[in-house]
Amino acid sequence: MAAGASLWGTLTAPLIRQNPVTLQILGICSALAVTTSLDTALTMAISLTVVVVLAAGIVSLIRRHIPTSIRLIVQIIIIGSLVVVIDQCLKAWFFELSQRLSVFVSLIATNCIVLGRTESFARTNPPLPSMVDALGNGLGYGLVLVVIGACRELFGTGKLLGVQILPLAEQGGWFTPLSLMLLAPSAFFLLGALVWAMRSLWPEQADDPDFPPHETGEERP
Amino acid sequence: MADLNPFSLWRRFLNTPNDNRAKTLAVAFLVSAACALLVTAATVLLRPIQAENRAAEQQARLEALIAAVPGISELIAASGGEALSTVVVDLDRGAAATGITPETLAAALAEQGNWTALAPADDIAGIGNRPDYAQIYLLRSGEAVSLAILPVVGSGYNGRIQALLALDGDMRRLAGIAITEQMETPGLGARIEEPLWQQSFAGKQLFDESGATRFAVARGPGRGEFEVDGITGATRTSNAVTNMVRFWVGPKGYGPLMAAIRRGEF
Repeated sequence: MAAGASLWGTLTAPLIRQNPVTLQILGICSALAVTTSLDTALTMAISLTVVVVLAAGIVSLIRRHIPTSIRLIVQIIIIGSLVVVIDQCLKAWFFELSQRLSVFVSLIATNCIVLGRTESFARTNPPLPSMVDALGNGLGYGLVLVVIGACRELFGTGKLLGVQILPLAEQGGWFTPLSLMLLAPSAFFLLGALVWAMRSLWPEQADDPDFPPHETGEERP
Repeated sequence: MADLNPFSLWRRFLNTPNDNRAKTLAVAFLVSAACALLVTAATVLLRPIQAENRAAEQQARLEALIAAVPGISELIAASGGEALSTVVVDLDRGAAATGITPETLAAALAEQGNWTALAPADDIAGIGNRPDYAQIYLLRSGEAVSLAILPVVGSGYNGRIQALLALDGDMRRLAGIAITEQMETPGLGARIEEPLWQQSFAGKQLFDESGATRFAVARGPGRGEFEVDGITGATRTSNAVTNMVRFWVGPKGYGPLMAAIRRGEF
């Protein structure tokens, strides 16, 4: 019972409260780049989840035999190979999507979430909890991607997964697409708003300011 | 007496402390070997499926290119569907190749003897070797060729650029281009894939009155009947496209073939 409950906690904690993107601000680069539409966001989320789960499982299996001096290299080799395999599979079976994701699938190898999970969790835990933890983090990343991707596709083109939801003004409807939503800055705005919302809900997540705000016009001793 | 039982050797290896230098090397080697095996297996097993995908995409781009040329759908409708003929041509003679069909072309090009090494002065597209045979597509209205689609290749900033050039029946004017394969920088050089830019090729003249090749991708906005707009931040890619087009419409490329079509020999 207790083991099941803690596994469930490991799985669900990174979904919202410990979300790797909004709390640790990891994996931002790809979160900005692939969220112009929902289907690329979904593909990226699934690819990353598969890579992080497999990498966590493999690293966890050989965790007792990874020499400390080369542990990062060993982890990166494993992650990198898995990414190449995923990239090849996408090119074989989801050719159109892989064309649109272009370089970002290969960049999963440099996504901080993957190395972060293998280094901080999988290296010290047995395979099952490691893979569950990785799955939770992959899904948490995916959740953010899907939310931002859905917003951007819906308000940028009036579509979701290519299906017209909001009738376009130029086709006799009322909706004028916000082309800003298809550009990279909109992802920054949405992500910023999301982080702000989450930290307002859970104030303990907010970082302490690095420097006190500079005050002007006041007398100093 | 050394213990040579593989199981106990393996167990002894696992029990060696992790900071042992031999074990560090062995672990690094084993992990690399396993990963190499995984990557190689995936690449080799999936290659045929990927090749099929690429071929299908090439076909789709060919059809899109043809559809984008103004007035072409009327021509095809007028001639009743099967208007586009596939021909394998001998580039040096500028005539249909004898004994090589589209089916046997791949086998012919696998032989080194069917390639011509280019002298550095001639090789403006930077491709090194040029095949002696190429598969082209011709559209006829009546007897005359009204459109020719020619596959071309050049070397870009990061790798090969492959494209299909569409030429009007007079073999002097571009009717369109479709980039079929490129590895240029995403967001900069890779913008040669954008349909809007490719559409700007339609109607551009290749040669001036004296017959000199004048077509170019400009630096900045293109001026006149010979130039198309350059791509900002991608000078090397723009130059690569210029050189690719100039090479393939020149004497070492499709020049002899184009002359033959102009004389009405096709």
